[in-house]
Amino acid sequence: MIRVQEQDFDPGSELELLRDHCAGRAGAVVSFTGLVRDLNEGDDIAQLTLEHYPGMTEKALAQIEAHAIEHWNLVAAAIIHRIGPLAPNDRIVFVAAASAHRKDAFSACEYMIDSLKTEAPFWKQEVTPGGKRWVTAVDEPISS
Amino acid sequence: MVRLRFFASLRETLGTGDEQVELPGDITDISALTAWLQARNDRWHAALDNTRVRIAVNQTIVKPGHPVRDGDEVAWFPPVTGG
Repeated sequence: MIRVQEQDFDPGSELELLRDHCAGRAGAVVSFTGLVRDLNEGDDIAQLTLEHYPGMTEKALAQIEAHAIEHWNLVAAAIIHRIGPLAPNDRIVFVAAASAHRKDAFSACEYMIDSLKTEAPFWKQEVTPGGKRWVTAVDEPISS
Repeated sequence: MVRLRFFASLRETLGTGDEQVELPGDITDISALTAWLQARNDRWHAALDNTRVRIAVNQTIVKPGHPVRDGDEVAWFPPVTGG
């Protein structure tokens, strides 16, 4: 399940949806929720705005999810990413993996959030006391 | 026509996020297309003269020299920073 949305999400409800979908086939669900921090590179962050590439974003997330499902034999997976203006402590991203055994769910969850950070076309712009600035990527470059 | 897309800091620097251009007949790959856009002025030259700039054709990241054809959507953007 892939969603790109402006509105907030409820991790508890999302985990319930995933559990319902598993219908007894999964023994483990691992999830990751990413939050907006109030500090980056020593500066206070008042607001964050997420830009993305509509169409390509969904395509990239679907590829990441499909790879995780296939590689770790997941029963179900979910990726939710927010766009638009966000404030410190807001939820920004949610990734979850359900599998028969916990090890696959942990590995798949880590893979999905790590891949999303380098492959999915999202860009963060921060509002600091010094003005707006684009966040610079520190991760490995996007692959072909 | 080819649809050109620019995102994030590149969109701001270039002052455009989305435009349609008629592809000159001698341009057959994204490296030539990028060079053609860079010839617009110094700002375009500097903004696209950066090895960190990513290029996607029809919403898939491609390598330099990837073919470009009439009807394609080509996007230039900085390394991604989501998550």
